[in-house]
Parts: sequence; C-alpha cells; structure tokens
Amino acid sequence: MRAKKSKTLPGFGISLGVTMSYVSFIVLIPMFSLALESADLGPRGFWRLATDSRTLAAIRVSFLCSLAAALINTVFGLILAWTIVRYRFPFRRLIDGLIELPFALPTAVAGISLTVLTADKGWVGYPFALLGIKLAYAKIGIIIAITFVTIPFVARAVQPVLERLSPDLEEAGLLLGAGRARIFLKIILPEIFPALLTGFSLAFARGLGEYGSVIFIAGNKPFSTEIVPLIIMSKLEQFNYDQATAVAILTLVASFAIMFAVNRIQTRAALFAGEK
Amino acid sequence: MSRFFIALLALPLALGWALAPASTAWAAPRELTNISYDPTRELYDEYNKAFTAHWLESQGEEIAIVQSHGGSSKQARTVIEGNEADVVTLALAIDITAIEEAGLIKAGWREEFPDNSCPYTSTIVFLVRKGNPKNIKDWGDLVREGVGVITPNPKTSGGARWNYLAAWAYADRLYNHDEAKVIDFMKKLFANVLVLDAGARGSTNTFVQNGQGDALLAWENEAYLALAETPDQFEIVAPPTSILAEPPVAIVDENADKKGTRDLATAYLQYLYSENGQRIAGKHFYRPSNPAIAQEFKDVFTLSMELITIDDPLFGGWDIAQEKHFNDGGVFDRIYSND
Amino acid sequence: MAYVREERGWARLILITVSFLFVALMLILPLAQVLSKAFEHGIKPFWEAVSDEYSVKAARLSALTAILAVLLNTFFGIAAAWAITRFAFRGKGFLITIIDIPFAVSPVIAGLVFVMTFGRLGWAYPFLQEHDLKIIFATPGLVLATIFVTLPFVAREIIPVLAARGTDEEEAAVLMGAGLWRTFWKVTLPHIRWALLYGIILCSARAMGEFGAVSVVSGHLRGKTNTLPLHIEILFREYHTLQSFSVATILVIVAILILIARHVVERVGRKEAEYYVR
Repeated sequence: MRAKKSKTLPGFGISLGVTMSYVSFIVLIPMFSLALESADLGPRGFWRLATDSRTLAAIRVSFLCSLAAALINTVFGLILAWTIVRYRFPFRRLIDGLIELPFALPTAVAGISLTVLTADKGWVGYPFALLGIKLAYAKIGIIIAITFVTIPFVARAVQPVLERLSPDLEEAGLLLGAGRARIFLKIILPEIFPALLTGFSLAFARGLGEYGSVIFIAGNKPFSTEIVPLIIMSKLEQFNYDQATAVAILTLVASFAIMFAVNRIQTRAALFAGEK
Repeated sequence: MSRFFIALLALPLALGWALAPASTAWAAPRELTNISYDPTRELYDEYNKAFTAHWLESQGEEIAIVQSHGGSSKQARTVIEGNEADVVTLALAIDITAIEEAGLIKAGWREEFPDNSCPYTSTIVFLVRKGNPKNIKDWGDLVREGVGVITPNPKTSGGARWNYLAAWAYADRLYNHDEAKVIDFMKKLFANVLVLDAGARGSTNTFVQNGQGDALLAWENEAYLALAETPDQFEIVAPPTSILAEPPVAIVDENADKKGTRDLATAYLQYLYSENGQRIAGKHFYRPSNPAIAQEFKDVFTLSMELITIDDPLFGGWDIAQEKHFNDGGVFDRIYSND
Repeated sequence: MAYVREERGWARLILITVSFLFVALMLILPLAQVLSKAFEHGIKPFWEAVSDEYSVKAARLSALTAILAVLLNTFFGIAAAWAITRFAFRGKGFLITIIDIPFAVSPVIAGLVFVMTFGRLGWAYPFLQEHDLKIIFATPGLVLATIFVTLPFVAREIIPVLAARGTDEEEAAVLMGAGLWRTFWKVTLPHIRWALLYGIILCSARAMGEFGAVSVVSGHLRGKTNTLPLHIEILFREYHTLQSFSVATILVIVAILILIARHVVERVGRKEAEYYVR
C-alpha cells in the first residue's frame, strides 16, 4: 500500500520549500547556535564531560526509565486505541477525551499531584508502602511521571490508523478460519506497526528530556535518581553555558540516533508491506 | 466540507485577534522592572504599593512597577541574556556578581547601598513536626541515625547553599577547623538526606505535603510561610548557630541608563532602608537590617542566634566558597561521589 | 469511517477493563487530586484565584501564543507531509528525523537555543537592538518556543495516514485538470481530516500546557510574559498552593472544551460522510 512516488503530482517545490525554510528557521539555525556555544569547551573538555561518572549515571537512569515508560505506553496505548476504536461501551467518549490530559496539564502540576498520590502516605503509595515498595522518590516514581507525560503519543498515533483499517482483510481471514490472535498478528499488527513504532520513539524521546514533572517525584539523589535534564539545569545554575549545552548535545545525539534508526526501520516495514 | 474547514481556520484567527493584548497604551507611566527571586512576592507586592505612593507624594509622578519572580540564579541568567531589569533583588551575592561579570552592573555595587547592599537578612532554621518527636535542637542532631533530613540540592538551589554552609560552619566549630572531620560530618548529614529536591519549594512540599523526613532545612522566612499554610502540624527550631543569609539588591546600570530610570531605581532601592521599608520586610519574615526596627520583631525572630557571615575567614566570601564547595568537582560533589 | 464490528466475549471484556483501570489510575486520580486541592475551601477562593488580574492576563497570553503556534504548525505540517509522502528526494529520512528533533530536545534546551540566538549573548542580538526588536523575554519569544516544542505534532499525525494511502486518486484528479489546491482540498483532505484533527488537538493541548521551554524565554515578567503554566508554577513556589491548583483547573477546563469542539467536528464530519454515500 506504499505511496507511489509520483511524477505527475504538482506542489513539490512549494511544499518542500516551505518545509525546509520553516525547519531551518525554527530548528536548524537555533540548534546551530547551541552547537556554537558548546564549541568553547573543546574536544578534551567535551570528552571529560562525556565520561564523567555522575553524568553517565544520570544518562543511564534517564535512558532506562524512559525506555520502561515508553514500553508501558506502547502496551497500554495500543489497548486504549483498540478499545476506543473497536468497542462501544459506556464512558468511551470520556476515556477518549482524557487521553490528552497530560499535555494540557502543566508538567509541574502533574509532578506535584503524582508525588502526593504515590508518596508513602498517598492514596496509591500507601498500599505499596505496606508491602515495602517505594514509589515516589525512587526510580519507579520517575517511570510513573514519564509514563503519565507521554500517554498520548502511542494511543494517538495508532488510533487514526486503526480507524482507517479496512475490514475486508480481517473478514477474509475470518472466512478462511483464522483465529483472532492470528488475525491480529498477521493482518492488523503489520498495518499498525509503523504507527506503533512512531508512538514508541516519540514517547521515548520525550521521556528523555522531561524535567518539570520528574524533579518533584524523583528524589534527585546523585547516582541513583538523578536525571540528565537535572544535570543540565545544575550546570546552568553555575552559569556554565558551554558544559550545559554540551551535555544537552550529548543526549540529543543519542536520541537523534535512536529516532533515525526507528525511522529507517519504519521505512523498511512500509516497503515490506508494500511488496506483499 | 471545505466551508467547514474554512470555519475551522477562521475561528482561531478571530479569537487571536480578540485576545491580543491591547498594547496601545499611550502616555504610559514610567516603568520600573524589579527582577527578584522566589518567595519575595508578598514582600514586594506590599513594598511596591508603598513606594508608588511615596513617589507620587514626593515627586508627583505616577509609575508602574513590573515584578518578576523565579529561582535566584535563573533570574540572574535571564538578566544576562537580555531581560531588561532596572533593579535586581536576588538571594545570593554571587548571582549579582555574575551579572556584573557579564558587564551589566558596574563593579562596586556592594558599596552602593548600606550594609553590603543588603536591606534585609535571613537565616537557616529547622522546620520539625509538631512536638519535635525526634528532639532536634541543633545541627549535631541531624546526623543521628534514624533522623531523616530534607534539603534542596545546593547545585540547583541558591537557598540550599546557605543550608550547606550553615552546617559546615557548625561542624567547623565542633571539630576545631579539622577539615577531614568536617567533611566526615557533612557526609553523615547528606547520608541522612532522604530527598534532594531541585528547589526550596519542592523540599517544603516533600516535607509538609508528602510527610517525608523529620527536619526540613529552610530559610527562616520560608519556614514561616510554610507554617502559615499548615499551622498546627509543624514548629520552627532555631539552632544556636547558623549562617547570616544576605540577599543583596543592585541597580542594573546598563539597563537603567538606557531606559533613563536611574533616579527611580536608586530611590526604589533606597526606600527599602527607610523605616517603612524595613517594617514591611520584617512583616514578611525578613530580618530588617536596621537593629532598632529588628527589635520590634523580637517575638518573631530569635535574635540571640549566633550568625556567621559568608565573609567570615572560614568561607572567604561567595566567590571562594562557590569555587571550593559547589562547582563541579568541588567538596559537595566529593561528598556524594562513591569514594 | 472505520467499520465497527462488535466482538463479544472475554477479549472485549478484558481489554475494556484494562483500559478503564489504566485511565483511572494514571489519569483520573491525578486529575481528582488537582480538583480536590483547587476546591478544598469551596468555590469562593477558587473563583478569586481564577479571576485575579494576573491570572486573566496569563490566560490571554497563553491563548494567543497557542493559537499562533497551532496555526503555523498546521500549515507547516501539511506542507511537510505532502512533500515527504508524495515525492522521492534525497535526504528524506534525515528530514523526517529533523522534524522529530523538538521531541528529543529537553524543553529547557529548547528554550535555551532561542536565548542563544536572539538573546543578549546571541549572535543576532546586535541586529535586533539596532532595529529595536525584542524577541526573547517578550511575546515573540514565547510564540517561537511554543512553535518549536509543538512543531512535529501535525506533521507526525498526517504522515503515516498519507503514506498508507496511494496517490492514484490524486493523480487521477490532476490528470483530469485539477490544480494543486483543488486536488488537495477535494481529494486529499477528506482522507486525512481525522489525523489532521488529532494533530491539531494534540498540538493545541501541548501548546497551552508547555512549561519548560517557555519558562526559559519568558523572564517571568508578571502581567507581561507569564503564561498560564508559568503563573501556576510561580503561585505554587510562593506558597499559594490553592490558587496555583485553581488556576491549573482552567487548563483542565480548556482541555475539556477542546474535547467538546472535537465531538462537534466529528459529528458534522460524519453527517457529511453519510451525505456523500447517498
């Protein structure tokens, strides 16, 4: 079903022109200023920073927690999108509408409320505290905050594709006697896979950079619950613009690489689906 | 279909037009921008009203004061980056020094106004749970086993640097300047720290709302603000020794000269030292620098506390203290590093 | 429209239950927390906080920046999706990834890039000073930061849908003599409208709620450059918890309004679709 690259369609020049100038002005030129700033540091300074054990620990925490949150959201986002599109039940509209809430709520408010809920005296935290599990002020807290902030990504990426999915293939599958699980794996999943992947990578990347909500719930102890954006902030607090931007660029390059890889896989998948 | 989408586009445009702030205020009064730090809102709300009235009465000119609040270093950074403040009223001298180094404030600003340009001071106290169940009286009690301490991170919070230095000053006396033992004390103290929030407000929330820890290290004025929000659950403990927190003020010379507001800015900061200005500071839990006015608030502040200043030889001023303790690779980092 | 086939049985029951549990735990509980705090002392303090002079100014500023950002990003998103899905060109994968950059950038850095460009330390500052232009610590800076943070939303939503559709219908339209505008309007748009709508909704919600990037370029000048999320945070940091959560409720209400608007749009859209079928 891949789009054929058209030679007859008009608008190549204008659409690409608009896209490139917009992207240059909003993204590329400002990013370039950032790189300029960190250039003061020199390669040796950059290397020292990149191998600093505390920075590395923070990068590990950020990556692991964002990954966990993105996986959680991939599973639940898919389930949410599926039930909203496929089933009719009371409060369906409500659930559908609530999905955007994390974007509308300022991250600080989200962080504060989540911390109140999951602290060992909170509504959610209390039963876990009885079992000896700490939610807030631990890595689980970071995962909860990032999960909350990135809920809309997967659900909203998958939903339009599911809505547009043609029922013919599924019906054919049913007629041929395939089970429901088989139909899902063989027919539906390949169709929604690119969207699922997009949602996952967006959630993951967004999680890496999240600051406002996480700092309230994290505990922020060096080497255990300190996240990368906090390191950047503390460098800025010391008026260390070059080091702050260098750490930023470090994480940026990492997440850029991940997104680029995901985009490649996606193009492959689309190609594969097209050749079928 | 198409008509519908045109409506979809036109609606926000119309809304935007209606919402655009009317910026054509002609004959606008002169404006003074005061860039301040976090918990000074009430203080300056009241002070700005008092000063506007005073200026109208003495000079016959109406003025408008624009106020900005945020983390102290962050606020200093916005001024360096081009936020056009006429005056800054921040938490730490080093934040104003940073603006000076960026070329916006002339050297010698500390001598421009009385008392090192600090019209009011504060100190670090403990907020403990009602009845003080862990019997916390002094800094030494904070390193006992089983005592949970809440403080913000000195790397991201200006206030927390005062907390750290106050503890350091106590330990320095206790161990007679033996730095190895002092660092050991600090290690024990930070091992008891349960949550290291990014800012002072986050710490208060962790302690008050979420019930973490037994003692919160806080600025005196913030401890009173927290007490005012939840009156019956906490009490303030003033340790016998602590640090003198001096939040300084300064005119941002470059901006004031460019905008022609120097006379106004000078008068604005000077009025902070007037009896009226001093009383307003005291009312909002800042210690007035004028001793006579401070006496009027002796029921609020424990005036007998021994307060060590940052210029004490122990610390040698902000520049040296910052470099030694808080910069990357400094003592604070070593306290938290694994070795 | 999607063909809805009602399944019965355990799978449906389990999936709906899981959805409800997830939403209740992750979304409704935090929301309830915010609302219970806002109305802790009844409606009167809530109303006082919301109708405060600075809250109203912040709300207007937020609305203005969000509307501008959403409009520009919608326009951009359509152009980008058209170029990317309809034509083959070198560096396409790279372009797609660049569009995603704003998601990967920490909001703090997103603000900082503009400060480093247009602020006093930036290379464009002398030029701006000369022409008496102010971008950072003024409304244009807020709009720029918001655009940056929400840039990918619309493009990201349309691209998969457009990519999944062939170009046959559009080519046919062009061969029959329709111009670019007409082809897009009559052939492409009807197919992507839901995705476009989702994109716009996500973009608006995020634009209203954006905190990190905006906080860096705002300067927090009260009544001038404080948006709603900034105002909320500052109220909180000044020990006005109740006021802070009350003002946060405005944003929740806005989210609900956007939701209602979407329902109306969807209903109108469905009627039109039925009309086409007949």
